[in-house]
Amino acid sequence: MTITERAEARRGSRPGTTRGFSWGFVVKLLLMAIVNAFGLTVILSAYRAESWLVLGIMVALLVAVDVVYFTKRALPLKYLAPGLAFLFVFQLFTLGYTGYVAFTNYGSGHSGSMQQAVDAAFIQDEQRVPDSPAYPLTVVERSGELGFAVVVDGEVRAGTALEPLAEVADAEVGSSGAPAEVPGWTVLERAQVLTDPALQEQVVALRVPFSEDPEDGSIRTREGSTGVLYSSSLQWDEEARTLTDTETGLVYTADDRGSFVADDGSRLATGWYVGVGFENFVRAFTDAKFAAPLLQVTLWTFAFSILTVLTSFGLGLLFALIFNDPRIRARKVLRTLFILPYAFPAFMSALLWRGMLNSEFGVVNDLFFFGADINWLGDPLLAKLAILWVNLWLSYPYWFLVCTGALQSLSGETLEAAKVDGAGPFRRFRSIILPLLLVSTAPLAIASFAFNFNNFTIIYMLTEGGPSIPGAPNGIGSTDILISAIYAISGVAGGTADYGLASALSIIVFVVIGVISAIAFRQTRKLEEIQ
Amino acid sequence: MRKQLGIAALVLASGLVLTSCSADSGEEGGGGGGAELVIWTDAEREPAIRAAAEAFEEESGATVTLVQKNFEDLRNDFTAQVPTGEGPDITVGAHDWLGALVTAGVVDTIDLGDAAEQFEQVSLDAFTYDGQLYALPYSLETVALVQNTALVGSEAPATWDEMIQRGVDSGAERPIAINTAGETGDAYTMYGLQTSFGAPVFVQDESGSYTNEVGMGGQPGEAFAGWLHENGSAGTGYLSTTIDYDINNELFNSGQAAYTIQGPWAISSYADVDVAVNPIPSAGGETAAPFVGVQGFYLSSQSDNALLANEFLVNYLATEDSQRALYEADPRIPAYSSLAAEVASDPIIAGFLASSQNGVPMPSIPEMGSVWDFWNAAETQIINGADPSGTWNAMITELDGALAE
Repeated sequence: MTITERAEARRGSRPGTTRGFSWGFVVKLLLMAIVNAFGLTVILSAYRAESWLVLGIMVALLVAVDVVYFTKRALPLKYLAPGLAFLFVFQLFTLGYTGYVAFTNYGSGHSGSMQQAVDAAFIQDEQRVPDSPAYPLTVVERSGELGFAVVVDGEVRAGTALEPLAEVADAEVGSSGAPAEVPGWTVLERAQVLTDPALQEQVVALRVPFSEDPEDGSIRTREGSTGVLYSSSLQWDEEARTLTDTETGLVYTADDRGSFVADDGSRLATGWYVGVGFENFVRAFTDAKFAAPLLQVTLWTFAFSILTVLTSFGLGLLFALIFNDPRIRARKVLRTLFILPYAFPAFMSALLWRGMLNSEFGVVNDLFFFGADINWLGDPLLAKLAILWVNLWLSYPYWFLVCTGALQSLSGETLEAAKVDGAGPFRRFRSIILPLLLVSTAPLAIASFAFNFNNFTIIYMLTEGGPSIPGAPNGIGSTDILISAIYAISGVAGGTADYGLASALSIIVFVVIGVISAIAFRQTRKLEEIQ
Repeated sequence: MRKQLGIAALVLASGLVLTSCSADSGEEGGGGGGAELVIWTDAEREPAIRAAAEAFEEESGATVTLVQKNFEDLRNDFTAQVPTGEGPDITVGAHDWLGALVTAGVVDTIDLGDAAEQFEQVSLDAFTYDGQLYALPYSLETVALVQNTALVGSEAPATWDEMIQRGVDSGAERPIAINTAGETGDAYTMYGLQTSFGAPVFVQDESGSYTNEVGMGGQPGEAFAGWLHENGSAGTGYLSTTIDYDINNELFNSGQAAYTIQGPWAISSYADVDVAVNPIPSAGGETAAPFVGVQGFYLSSQSDNALLANEFLVNYLATEDSQRALYEADPRIPAYSSLAAEVASDPIIAGFLASSQNGVPMPSIPEMGSVWDFWNAAETQIINGADPSGTWNAMITELDGALAE
């Protein structure tokens, strides 16, 4: 095929391909069919679940993808679209959602909507009337209205939410003890009630007053076959957003912090989450409880990531230089051995080191420190050293690999020229090898910095952030880096949860890494000018 | 022309793929009577619940879906997902989550009716919050003194000193191993010893419910802190932060430690030694009262199938057969009274039962969530040699500060 032919083929104007579909087109059609089918499924289920945001985003994505692949324009997008779609769904969405949570007080005690808080208040308030017997019960219906029929002292009584229980003449009690036939009412079979979620919801919500006197309480059923008297003293005023306790006379008003608070300062247990503006961001810096430990954590995060990159880069480079020397025998075997720590999963190595660093039972003290009782993981400073050491062990093979590759690609002529000019080994390393090496490795160092800035695994597996800083909230410890401190604050592992603050901190970390990486990449361009 | 053809083909193909997918889902959804009960469980309880669920499915025509999760993840996932409507109808859980679950508004009350009489009162109390029952209890658990009968016999030591003496006399490498979860600290395991100094975590009122007043400050607390210090790295060294759960079990199982304080869950790790289980000895003069934990089934406040879920809990799980199946799947002390009496013939279960009778329910008030981190850390520091009174009192001050918010 000549060059022109190939170009024509690419444009699809080669005679022969226009008449029928090419195989490529069929494949594309199939792939797009699957993509569209998947997209439509998501849209349909989003429609059913009434999540309009997901639906809107999915429609936009699907239309965009179809436009990109079925028009002749936008060639670069044809390559980028899948990546962009995944970026949008998995990155931007998460980021956007984290950003949203950062501006709320979502956490312990504020985890649902206001309506759910009201529901919870009613659940917590509604008490079984003392000594109420359990009445055999049947769910009944009259002209579209649900009611209960119960057997009280041998007689059948029926009623609805608005009509208190009244005796029904000539009703029959079935073998189970519950009313089986209630004249004037349609009896709903229990199986029917249990298998219809919509009906269940109505039955569970139904309260039938026992008599005209509200003091007697109302019949409610939990499982559809027995009715028990319950009474509730709460009243919900949706307009005024107040819950009134008729027994104590307290009026709980919805405040702008997502809680129901009464005038005497008492509040209901369950709240809901509300937007709190920049409060979480401000709190991270100003709340005395968080500010001091978080400052310490931030400094250690920087120290940890910078020192890790420096030490592992240094050691990796040293080994790379040594094993690049042709005088060393069995280089291949040795190189393989030195790369081994890189081949093990990091969390396993970290756990292993945790055991080895145990001051009483670990081999490190036994073998290298004459059985001395050095508490590697219990002392704030030693624990930091231990983390740096283990992370060095884990990450130098990476730099060893990278530097070996970079060294082998250095031009032999330049080095030869330097040698001829009389430069010694150290001078050659400093003036030729290192600068040339940095051109290719500096961007990787920045990436490594960003990675270690969020290196949750090693901290969590080795020390869990401990030993804890005395007085720090959420068990924040002296080896915690920002990401593990955020994990502790989020309350995912237990304790009190504060997702709002944790999200705000995540965003700060994101911005910090972004800015540092941007500045650093800008700096590395200067290195490239050497070439 | 080609474009139109392409679009037509695309629509056709999409339609085909879509119908084949929806045909599948149609079959899944249409099989049962329409109602589906979703239950979250951990791996240990899954087989037992499955047995009860199958019987229930047959009788009610509903579908029961079991979702298996890590026990530690259940609380958090339940709190996060119930408000979104994605949560289960029922979840397995521990009673000390109750305060947090109530504050989050994710649990519904339940009414056991007459079945309540069949359960141990302490288990019902544990799941009661503000006078309301929130879960169906099914098992109790607590830590107890586990001893190596070959080294120290099966007789229960009355005091810490007596136990240490026997342990030392036995010639074992260390008289006792107590898990401190490494450097994290484990106030849970240590609590029995702490209460023997009269320093409860929260003060209990006359009815036995916990108030939010911290009870471990003052002289009793300082005495306990002093005792920790004496037995820590600066003193006898019987307590050490080098011991985590695995090391603890290894030390005991290999006979290097004569005693340990552990729960029933660890017994299976002691295959190589003969063990006896006794109440925890007193270190401070008063009765050692370890935390008693109760496990049970919580009902979601946002359940779409509340009737069905209640029916399953009250009329199926609250029966002796189901409770027995749960016990056999994961042997813990049953909360079902008749079953508890029956399994007490097993000396190990009887030992844990005896320990639990000395015990107090772990507080389920939401304040408890704030306590652990401070508490564990202070104990670790004191065991590692920090000034006992100073560290302990600082911890009490910080705790009061955190609770006041």
